Amino acid sequence: MTGAAMVRATGLTKRFGGLEAVRGIELDVAPGEVFGFLGPNGAGKSSAMRMIACVSPRSSGSLRVLGLDPDVDGPAIRARIGVVPQQDNLDAELSVRQNLEVYGRYFGLSRARVRRRAAELLEFAQLTDRAESPVEQLSGGMKRRLTIARSLVNDPELLLLDEPTTGLDPQARHLLWDRLYRLKQRGVTQLITTHYMDEAEQLCDRLVVMDGGVISAEGSPGELIARYCTREVVELRFAPDASRPGAEAFAGVAERVEELPDRWLLYAADGEAVLGAVHRSGVRPRASLVRRATLEDVFLRLTGRSLAD
Amino acid sequence: MSGHSERTPEPSLVPSAPLLRVIPVGSYAGRARTLVLRSALAYRRAWLAFVSGFFEPVFYLLAMGQGLGSLVGQLPGPDGAPLGYAAFIAPGLLAASAMNGAVFDSTYNVFFKLKYSKLYDAMLATPLGPVDIALGEIGWALLRGGLYSAGFLAVMGAFGLLTSPWAVLALPAALLVALAFGAVGMAATSFMRSWQDFDLIQLAIMPMFLFATTFFPLEVYPRPVQLLVECLPLFHAVELMRGLTTGAVSAGLWAHVAYLVVMAVLGGVVAIRRLGTLLLR
Ligand SMILES: Nc1ncnc2c1ncn2[C@@H]1O[C@H](COP(=O)(O)OP(=O)(O)OP(=O)(O)O)[C@@H](O)[C@H]1O
Ligand SMILES: [Mg+2]
Repeated sequence: MTGAAMVRATGLTKRFGGLEAVRGIELDVAPGEVFGFLGPNGAGKSSAMRMIACVSPRSSGSLRVLGLDPDVDGPAIRARIGVVPQQDNLDAELSVRQNLEVYGRYFGLSRARVRRRAAELLEFAQLTDRAESPVEQLSGGMKRRLTIARSLVNDPELLLLDEPTTGLDPQARHLLWDRLYRLKQRGVTQLITTHYMDEAEQLCDRLVVMDGGVISAEGSPGELIARYCTREVVELRFAPDASRPGAEAFAGVAERVEELPDRWLLYAADGEAVLGAVHRSGVRPRASLVRRATLEDVFLRLTGRSLAD
Repeated sequence: MSGHSERTPEPSLVPSAPLLRVIPVGSYAGRARTLVLRSALAYRRAWLAFVSGFFEPVFYLLAMGQGLGSLVGQLPGPDGAPLGYAAFIAPGLLAASAMNGAVFDSTYNVFFKLKYSKLYDAMLATPLGPVDIALGEIGWALLRGGLYSAGFLAVMGAFGLLTSPWAVLALPAALLVALAFGAVGMAATSFMRSWQDFDLIQLAIMPMFLFATTFFPLEVYPRPVQLLVECLPLFHAVELMRGLTTGAVSAGLWAHVAYLVVMAVLGGVVAIRRLGTLLLR
């Protein structure tokens, strides 16, 4: 397996009737890598993930998962991967423990093995004390944790996580990050989609930004920030009702500006200098802040209506 | 981890029987029985619904067979020999209850799992394929139907309504009936868009239950209506069952068997193909 890509796609395309959800993307995910998909709603992240999970046939292009073709070897691939879908699809007619055990049986694991594995995974998801509850009685975050635990029942080599931490409280999220990190250390390759930029920055070795079905940027979080952003960002907040300055107010002050519903973002190497210039020009924001650029800024630039000057 | 050694080897994924060639490659992992196991666990929490299914045909038999039967007296049986009314309708009720159970499982229950609980989506993320799902669900319906049928046959025996040794074949016949209706029910469900569409199923089942010779012989109809009734699947199920429980066995029973087998195969193939296209989008 070493050397061979875990996932390799060229010209991968997904069409739903007339709608092209994924429009010819290239992917190359190495063993042990944690690979992220970022992108706005409807960008095609889940559609791409579902093709890789072999539950959605591709419309065109080529795709190899674990070196195999999903069209031919779907079941063999699915036996070796773990999937956390965007929407929980737990078995509502079974208890928490039964969900794990029965799912393991779908993979052909022995009764003794699923029993042992279920106990481990209940511990992992911190649901041991709810093991015999019906699934309907769990909170949203608990269901999410159970779905994630379930994806690990077959000790997957490749883990596909579609917005795994949506709905989790901060503790649960940090716990999951820790667990994912340990899986990475054990060599489990991971594909993650998320709308949380801090999560992507923490977890991903490499990521792509998708928009409108195509990949608009690719690199490590650090590379992307360096390539698409300045070192620092000045945030200027304005009261919703107050008359806000237009883009022309910042012309020449910053390298690039971005308007959000409640604030302006000014991109520059030296944030304090920009803030000083803004104040001198008479603009009076309700609050202001200088910070380092993050992946979120890259995301806004690549998927927003950034106003470069 | 060490788990891989305990995994049962991946069975051959390419179905080789000619019948299965029409089914896409990789749709069968050979683990349909894990779905049966799952259903058994799920029903542990709904045992009341399970038990009530047994009593329905028994109540019909008591009300119509004993009650109404005392007014009706005797009817001509399949071979013309006179038959008590209870002995006449009991095989009909057996066939109808096999049909009802299978249709309920393969329509309402399957639709719910398909559209609402997303159960099958979860299964397809594992090595299971549409064939495992179809076989597993139909297998469960058969197991359930088999238990009900065995119970009802025991009741018939207790009432002295089993007068022929051929009656031992009534149980496999009931399973065939359940299989045929389950397969077609599942195929029909795959075309349903909303709960309203299920009224169509009621519209098909109810008149069949009443008119497909369950309660009175074919001879009461004028010939054109007889031809119509002879096309109904429940007619073949009832006649097969009645032949076996009354011992009026002739080569003609094979025609009923053939009808039901064709129905099961066509329904099964359509169901599997449709499940694949619905779920694997
Ligand atoms: N089964 C489907 N049938 C028809 N259209 C679909 C289907 N699934 C997705 N789409 C469409 O494909 C496009 C991409 O959807 P997708 O779910 O891949 O986006 P996403 O990037 O995961 O978005 P989100 O961040 O909201 O989860 C959307 O326009 C969506 O409406
Ligand atoms: Mg999505």
